[in-house]
Amino acid sequence: MKPAAFDYFAPKSIDEALALLAQHGYDAKPLAGGQSLVPTMNFRLAQPAVLVDLNGINELFFIRENSAGLRIGAMTRQRTVERSPLVQRRAPLIHETMPHIAHPQIRNRGTFGGSLAHADPASELPVLAITLNARMRVQSSRGERWVNASDFYLDLFATDLQPDELLVEIDIPDLPARTGWAFDEVSRRHGDYAMAGAAATVTLAVDGTVAAARLVYLSVGDFPTEAFLAETALIGERPTSAALAAAAEIAATQDISPGGDIHASAAYRRHLAKVLAARVLARAVDRAVERSAERGSA
Amino acid sequence: MNHPITLTVNATEYTGTVEARLLLSDFLRHDLDLTGTHVGCEHGVCGACTVLLDGAPVRSCLVFAVQANGRQVTTVEGLSTGPRPEQMHPLQTGFWEAHGLQCGYCTPGILMSIVPFLEENPEPSEAEIREALSGNLCRCTGYQKIVEAVQMGARLLRESRV
Repeated sequence: MKPAAFDYFAPKSIDEALALLAQHGYDAKPLAGGQSLVPTMNFRLAQPAVLVDLNGINELFFIRENSAGLRIGAMTRQRTVERSPLVQRRAPLIHETMPHIAHPQIRNRGTFGGSLAHADPASELPVLAITLNARMRVQSSRGERWVNASDFYLDLFATDLQPDELLVEIDIPDLPARTGWAFDEVSRRHGDYAMAGAAATVTLAVDGTVAAARLVYLSVGDFPTEAFLAETALIGERPTSAALAAAAEIAATQDISPGGDIHASAAYRRHLAKVLAARVLARAVDRAVERSAERGSA
Repeated sequence: MNHPITLTVNATEYTGTVEARLLLSDFLRHDLDLTGTHVGCEHGVCGACTVLLDGAPVRSCLVFAVQANGRQVTTVEGLSTGPRPEQMHPLQTGFWEAHGLQCGYCTPGILMSIVPFLEENPEPSEAEIREALSGNLCRCTGYQKIVEAVQMGARLLRESRV
């Protein structure tokens, strides 16, 4: 229950961190909030030879808004995101989801980008990134690139990040007009990893039919799972409870193939996926209707 | 490789040299003899090792001591003003009076989670208290007495400030 020995570096700038990652390659791990990495090191499941601690890099801690949405620095603490009025206003889906992530003691330390880069299949933030069409700004000593969240997650705990690359910033575009959002999950105890969870956004056309829908799951596969068939089934439909129930049925039976483990059987995960889809889609539709009305009266 | 660190624990400055892999929990207990911080699961689940890092509750088993360099740490030993019962923090008095513990192993972590919680929310509802306690595991009490102890502690804290 004690970590194996490692070399420790605490760079003060992104450039310094990138140089260390370039130098040490596969042997190095960036240390963000440490709320997943340190437990795996304590168990010696992970034994990185080098840790590059990002906690001293001030330029990675920020939440900024621009005309198109939000930019969040990768090291921004989850608790800071949870309490940010800016996030509440510009990214209400993120604001609604943050309290579901572990406990305050974990969110005080855990970071926005750390969770996104760790890619735990039970984590909430990767699902939100995909639902919101977020883009990841990735840097290395070779240069920088932007990766769409939908292209970022490749497999269990595996992302598009190369060993010398660092996730530095996340771009979160505003929701389109007449769009509602919702997140929900089911866990055995508050703060536990969820057995299943879902995020949704629904955009209504002027005539009240569904113009666009997103439905993305956590904990029903090796990485965030988008319910493409269910989304497609909703397009052009009036968002009646029957239509939402039909979409939820499609999502749970055709879009996902969950595995079973000691926490939940595959059949139970499918059941949760259906119930959660119906809930989040209904809440997203309600909010889309509210926001459409607000716009109409404005 | 050893790293020199200087940090403030309970308003006292400490300087030492640590191996990078030394957890803050072990540094507090073994290097500083502050054994009030308990070590339970060592993977961030039980909350027994909760301390304040720059005022915010964190798991000290998930922070390396070297990361506390230049920072302020508060442990359970920092709550009271002295060794006598009347010098306890009002929340500690609440736990004493309302029997908020049996074996007491989880108690330091609970106190360090709830003290900052009561600073932000001096008059919490029972539901809010239970939510605030959810990051700390107790295997003795079934939590009922802990909730009552927090309620009493919150009242004593409010009264101490009027």
